[in-house]
Amino acid sequence: MPTTFRVNGRAVSADAPPETPLLWIIREEIKLTGTKFGCGAGLCGACMVHVDGKRAFSCQTQLADVAGREVTTIEGLSPDSSHPVQKAWLAERVPQCGYCQSGQIMSAADLLKQNPHPTRDEIVAHMSANICRCGTYPRILRAIERAAREA
Amino acid sequence: MTMQMIDRFNAVVSRRQVMIGAAGLTFAIAVDGGSKSDAAVPAGEAKGISLSPWASIAPDGTIFVMSPATEMGQGSMTSLPLIFAEELDADWDKVRVVPAPIVERIYGNPAFGGAMYTAGSTAVTAYFTPLRTFGAQVRRVLLDNAARKWGVPLAELTTEPSQVVHAKSGRRLSYGEIAAFAEIPAEAPDIRPGDLKRTSTFRLIGKDVMRVELPNKVNGTAIYSIDLQIPGMIYGAMVQSPVEGGTPDNFDEAAVKAVPGVVGTARLPYGVGVLAQTAWAAFAGKAVLEQTISWNRTGKAWGFDSDKAMDAFAADARDLKVPVTTDWFKQGDAEGALAKAATVIEGEYRCDYAYHAQMEPLNAIASVSPSGDAVQVWCGTQAPTMAVETAAKALGVPRDKVTLHYTLLGGGFGRRGHRDDGYIVIAVLLSKAAKRPVKVMWTREDDVHNGKLRPITAHYLRAGLDSSGKIVAWHQRLAGDRVLPYMDPVRYEKGGEKDVILMLGVELRSYDIASQYCGQIYRDSGVRTSPLRGIGFTANKFVAEAFLDEIARRRGVDPVQLRLELLKNTPRGRAVVERVAQMANWGTKPADGHAFGFAFIDYGSSLLAGIAEISVDRASGEIKVHNFWCTIDCGIPVQPDNVIAQTQGSIVYGLGMALMERVSIKDGAVEQSNFYDYQVMRMTDVPDIHVEVIATDNHPTGAGQMGTPLVAPAVNSAFAALTGKRLRETPMTPERVKRALG
Repeated sequence: MPTTFRVNGRAVSADAPPETPLLWIIREEIKLTGTKFGCGAGLCGACMVHVDGKRAFSCQTQLADVAGREVTTIEGLSPDSSHPVQKAWLAERVPQCGYCQSGQIMSAADLLKQNPHPTRDEIVAHMSANICRCGTYPRILRAIERAAREA
Repeated sequence: MTMQMIDRFNAVVSRRQVMIGAAGLTFAIAVDGGSKSDAAVPAGEAKGISLSPWASIAPDGTIFVMSPATEMGQGSMTSLPLIFAEELDADWDKVRVVPAPIVERIYGNPAFGGAMYTAGSTAVTAYFTPLRTFGAQVRRVLLDNAARKWGVPLAELTTEPSQVVHAKSGRRLSYGEIAAFAEIPAEAPDIRPGDLKRTSTFRLIGKDVMRVELPNKVNGTAIYSIDLQIPGMIYGAMVQSPVEGGTPDNFDEAAVKAVPGVVGTARLPYGVGVLAQTAWAAFAGKAVLEQTISWNRTGKAWGFDSDKAMDAFAADARDLKVPVTTDWFKQGDAEGALAKAATVIEGEYRCDYAYHAQMEPLNAIASVSPSGDAVQVWCGTQAPTMAVETAAKALGVPRDKVTLHYTLLGGGFGRRGHRDDGYIVIAVLLSKAAKRPVKVMWTREDDVHNGKLRPITAHYLRAGLDSSGKIVAWHQRLAGDRVLPYMDPVRYEKGGEKDVILMLGVELRSYDIASQYCGQIYRDSGVRTSPLRGIGFTANKFVAEAFLDEIARRRGVDPVQLRLELLKNTPRGRAVVERVAQMANWGTKPADGHAFGFAFIDYGSSLLAGIAEISVDRASGEIKVHNFWCTIDCGIPVQPDNVIAQTQGSIVYGLGMALMERVSIKDGAVEQSNFYDYQVMRMTDVPDIHVEVIATDNHPTGAGQMGTPLVAPAVNSAFAALTGKRLRETPMTPERVKRALG
């Protein structure tokens, strides 16, 4: 019995066991590969997406959990990299290897949606769910502050 | 670039070559004999005129420039083509970067004997002069063609970005216009060092540009090998021996095959693969397999215990009767000077195993041909040359039967440049077994358990001081687990059996210490080891700088003053030290409960100084780093903002190495599994990091990892300043801090 839900505004249907991690459905079936596999355990945030507008580890979200719901991936955040967070990310030259950055951006966009003018401590607390092994944290922080300022 | 493109490209290259020397290595520059072929143009792009294997120019002015290095976040994919474009005097907006095909004699890294291998922060250093020369050659070809067309002497022509200008007549030709009629000489023009631009006239080098791949890294379109799918492929997962050299004994094949979606298993030399229709079925099958598999205890590392080994290494380092296996570095007469010294100070230090934790778990896709005599491989690798040779050996075919498609890397840090690396071998062997393309993904747990680690080292040092307190002798014995003989025996042998990955950094070249000696005590645990960001420098500079701080405290001199004295013959070193001391207000009193610690390092020819401001929670044992100031002189900063970014990042990496990252091994196997028991730096752990680039006119040197080794000694020295106690191990974990504080 396929599970139907929406991804980036589009209706999709996935025929996989209900306990299958959403991450693999998004990446290997729907072929939206901007969402990354990092740890499979909700520890690194590389797989971060939005479910009904709130961030969620897609590796910890089962397919059954999203039935009838709206999933947004990095590809759906904006059609042309024009989301304030994406613009700030380029202005501050954040990415290095880039692998974690989809998840970082999805976390940051979620933060600013809930809290358009976060304090530095609020940014740090929220973003500490995501690991960046290249160590771009100082620039992530600056980019979020910029996005909050310029949005 | 497609297969056909590379074939055609190779044919052109071999047709006519002009060999030109560069630093004793041979570079080939091929020209196309005026046939106006599109040899070097990537598939699907506008056609252009191949002016050299490094560039082609399309009539619309688009300039395609080859990128010979792989991109793992360090920015070489931008900075190397930019160096070429500088001397070509190209309009950077018209440049398109093309990953170079695997043709070592043209694109090989001079720092690694011409292998295509991106490591050691060598790319900009090693390619700088060759790429400038090649860029200048192409510019000269364009100038010669314009001179011929206009009938004017070459000397009357100049260039502006992507234009040749004849000022006398006011005429101009764009590079694209010239490309449309250009005749290509049979031999590349002779460019001498004096023909290159003066550094003061650089238009691109030293000015920040947007990294070429960055826009794709904010919208999910950057492609890593884990993102690829190949028609007809299935998925593979692998249960590997927990210990290097172990082989599979029994497993319950029926139970694995009962998992829906699993199509088969494959017994390989060091593990068992699961083949499945979907990624999740492969992982589910692997989970079942893990419960039933048993291992033959073949291989050396079974029984190995890293804690016990560390104690044994330390005892060997301390015991002068245990012979050194290699006189690694010798200058003056350290033993003699020690014997005559007024004071001898001893120090002992230890550094643990650590894991790369690149964010992209290792993966590869292989497609072995139906007859089994050729293979295509897709992977992210620092070393296309090694990847090709690895796949060829795994399949037992000549290397020209391997086609490698390399991609962006989700982090490298030294993990992806090994010979015969498992993630490639497994993909090839599983594709061979399945007779179809297979995408093999490691889980994070696989990536940790099969990690190749920064080695353990134990260090015993003695410094001899004369009656005035001047350091006259420096003597070290280092017992450490071998790296290079394991990671690449071919390179180890070619390089005269020197384990540079383990040992570099023990030499104190910038310091005025006349007599120095470091002996290596070779140890082979059988454990998988690897270069890891900072290589030997991370352990060896920690040890040297922490020990110097000890000496400064024993002598009652300011640690910064001590370094300034030692750097009396190294003005660039003094400059980075003096500036960082200003930035941090060194000498002023820190906030209550805080302390400063200082370190200086020379890494290759890059010079850095750092100051950490820390506090310690005595109850939890946690060291909190509040600020980290850093200066770096890496010569000409080709992309200054990227030098800052790399230095910030390598400092963050160094903080992890200094404070929390530790792999322990029991019975030969890694004990840690994922980011819950192998913690890395998160935003909450990061101090304010202040980096200043000291630009000089020197040949550019490395910037990709130089901050990493700077951190631990600065933090260690701050801890000593704060508590009066010396921590003698990295990482400086809360448990160790509490032990030190009693």
